[in-house]
Amino acid sequence: MRLQEDDVSKRSEIVDWALGVAEDLDFGIAREWIAAEPGRRACGYLPVYAPREVILGSGFLPVGIHGGGEHLEIIRGDAFYQSYICHLPRSVIELAQTGRLDFLSAVLFPSTCDVIRNLSGMWKVMYPGVYVRYLDLPQVIAEETGGRFWREQLASVLDDLCALAGRHAAPDDLREAIGLCNESRRTVRELYAARRERPWSIPTEELYVLLRAAETVPVALFLEKARAYLAAAEVEPGPKKDKSRVIVTGAFCEQPPLGLIKTIERAGCYIVDDDFLLGNRFLTVDVPCDGDPLDQLARAMLTGSVKSSVLFESSPEGKRRLMKARVEAARADGIIFAAASFCDPALLDRPMLRAGAEADGIPCIAFKFSENSGQFQQFREQAGTFADSIKLWGGE
Amino acid sequence: MRAASKDRSMELQKQMIADHYKRLEEAPATGEPVVYTFVPGNLTELVRSFGALPVLPEINALQSGMRGKSGEYIAAAERAGHSEDVCTYVKCDIGMLASGNIGPTGTRLPKPDLLLLSYTGCYTFMKWFELLREQYQCPIVFLQVPYQGEGMIAPEHRAFVVKQIEDDLIPALERISSRKYDEERLKDALRLSASSEDDLVAVLESAKKRPSPIDAYFGAVYYVGPIFSAFRGTPEGREYYRSLREEVEERIRLGLGPVTPEGPLDDQKYRLVIEGPPNWTSFRQFWKMFSDERAVVVASTYTKVGGVYDRGFRHDAGDPLGTLADYCCGCYTNLNLPSRIDLLLDYIREYEADGFLINSVKSCNSFSAGQLLMLREVEKRSGIPGAFIESDLVDPRYFSAANIKNRLESYLQMLEARRAATP
Repeated sequence: MRLQEDDVSKRSEIVDWALGVAEDLDFGIAREWIAAEPGRRACGYLPVYAPREVILGSGFLPVGIHGGGEHLEIIRGDAFYQSYICHLPRSVIELAQTGRLDFLSAVLFPSTCDVIRNLSGMWKVMYPGVYVRYLDLPQVIAEETGGRFWREQLASVLDDLCALAGRHAAPDDLREAIGLCNESRRTVRELYAARRERPWSIPTEELYVLLRAAETVPVALFLEKARAYLAAAEVEPGPKKDKSRVIVTGAFCEQPPLGLIKTIERAGCYIVDDDFLLGNRFLTVDVPCDGDPLDQLARAMLTGSVKSSVLFESSPEGKRRLMKARVEAARADGIIFAAASFCDPALLDRPMLRAGAEADGIPCIAFKFSENSGQFQQFREQAGTFADSIKLWGGE
Repeated sequence: MRAASKDRSMELQKQMIADHYKRLEEAPATGEPVVYTFVPGNLTELVRSFGALPVLPEINALQSGMRGKSGEYIAAAERAGHSEDVCTYVKCDIGMLASGNIGPTGTRLPKPDLLLLSYTGCYTFMKWFELLREQYQCPIVFLQVPYQGEGMIAPEHRAFVVKQIEDDLIPALERISSRKYDEERLKDALRLSASSEDDLVAVLESAKKRPSPIDAYFGAVYYVGPIFSAFRGTPEGREYYRSLREEVEERIRLGLGPVTPEGPLDDQKYRLVIEGPPNWTSFRQFWKMFSDERAVVVASTYTKVGGVYDRGFRHDAGDPLGTLADYCCGCYTNLNLPSRIDLLLDYIREYEADGFLINSVKSCNSFSAGQLLMLREVEKRSGIPGAFIESDLVDPRYFSAANIKNRLESYLQMLEARRAATP
């Protein structure tokens, strides 16, 4: 059928585009966006969560800085870090030291861990001309304390960015940004839901590059590509295979190489949930567009943020129950704990999460990766054996 | 040659610690509530004003390291699924718990009635107490202390901490102790704290003398012990610091240096500033490497993790909760990297140091991430070369004596050559 061929072609075109953007370490689209009109600026942010609404509302293009991945040779970055620090900050420094981040007028460093926190101070020392801001995420969920604290930070960042841009952000500017981000999150959720229902139709290697691209392009462009991709995947679902359904968790900050994602899927697993690029869906609820925009953003953070290693778990049972809840929601057969080497948040959480999962009889395996891991044989064997064991003995 | 005899302050500290752990052991019987918390941002005065006893897991871990127990504790934790990549203080604590929870003095530690998660300058603290909560099934209070990302304590950050103390912490302490908050009692403790802090600062600043009467790293970790842990704001704590100050002033009067485990160090060849925590598993061996070379440490940042008192902060009984907030926000690990660089530069200048050294520990990203840039910045701005060595807090697998000794000796030789070349 002619229509199907078009859709296949459209789909592969989108994936190729996304892969090109995701692997573009010079951030070409962001640079083009800035160059298109005088006065345009971009604001980078490190993982895991930064309030893109505030960046957009102050007129900046939000650009996620998620490391250099497997294609960046680290020459200068290693001179800044000891061997026992994770790989992400090395490649971020490498990107910066090679001029690839020189288009950023501002960079936000969220309180993901002490490495990213300290990187904010390093940035202040190395790039004094750039606006650098450390963002302490609210760890207490009472509105009077954590809510107020977070709102003050949002207001302060907004003021600073507006001052940098020489403009004033009206409440409607923020509301428009909130609406756009709501739409983006809804679309990401839709993609995740579609993959959960038809993982054979939406392989994670495609979904991942689409979402990685989304981190560095204007939101409207992502929405256009994502909708087209969903439509194409609907028309051309692909053959369903006998694979195990797994959740991959622990890779919310330093990202796995694409080869690792492909390896897991080709070893007999359908990834039906993950925490890659978690910031794009950190808020699980729509932020209301009425009322005071900063109040609404702060409230959404307190009441609607995703369970994550970077936020304190206030419920005593929370850690033990989390994986079971995720497994049930995704109808998964097992869990792959995949954390970056030396990733404190993921590795300190792992014993609690795994104990909870295993107490509920959920099959689990664990390994560590680095964003520039190049050898996948061991992962293939582990994931393959895991998938086989689930098929043979799962549910017993 | 002077003998390495025990000073009165050392005897006092030993007794204070023994008494405290005895009370902790007896707490289940006496009914004294027990609060686990952390050294940076510890609210000892407030906790004790409710009649509760503080337990500081980092202190237990470092003591386990010094007693040669940490290796087995860490191994026990790793066997239970904890990663080899993460903080060894945490694993040492988890392993100690799994091994019967016997504390540094050989007595059993009680279960906590409350985990006071003072989230000050270290991400791992959050996970540590989430892990302990799994073990103890007890209540937890999260006290978020904003990081000084902009190099200052913002008024709203101070208010945020005060509000949490009022809304969350005080009610929790009231519940576990069945006592009402008594502000006068807290104020009394804060006055004692300020007095001890005056004495501690006098002791630390004595290192500006030549010879320095103290070692401000290896020796000072003992000096800060009481004020960083259970004894700030107590009469015993004040007595300890009075005695210590008198002893140090006597050494100044006599022109003497500190007493190291190998004997007195009166003839001092190198004056150094050190950044980063020490290694605890080979602590004496580590110290000996310096004293063998007649190197004395005149200032260190590690001795500021429980409060940067030498920059002027004192607990203020006139504003009891506000001063606790200021204290939490001001601890060394809560300072941003530029502030840490400035502090090192100040120390080098004020203490007329010949050099500075960074001991980068694998376990602690809060300290270690960024230290190589700190090294370069301090070198650039001070004109003094620095040294960089690597070890760990309490994992004996990461202390390579030969490597560290080699680096230290090479560094000191370089300082010597530089000195000789300077007219």
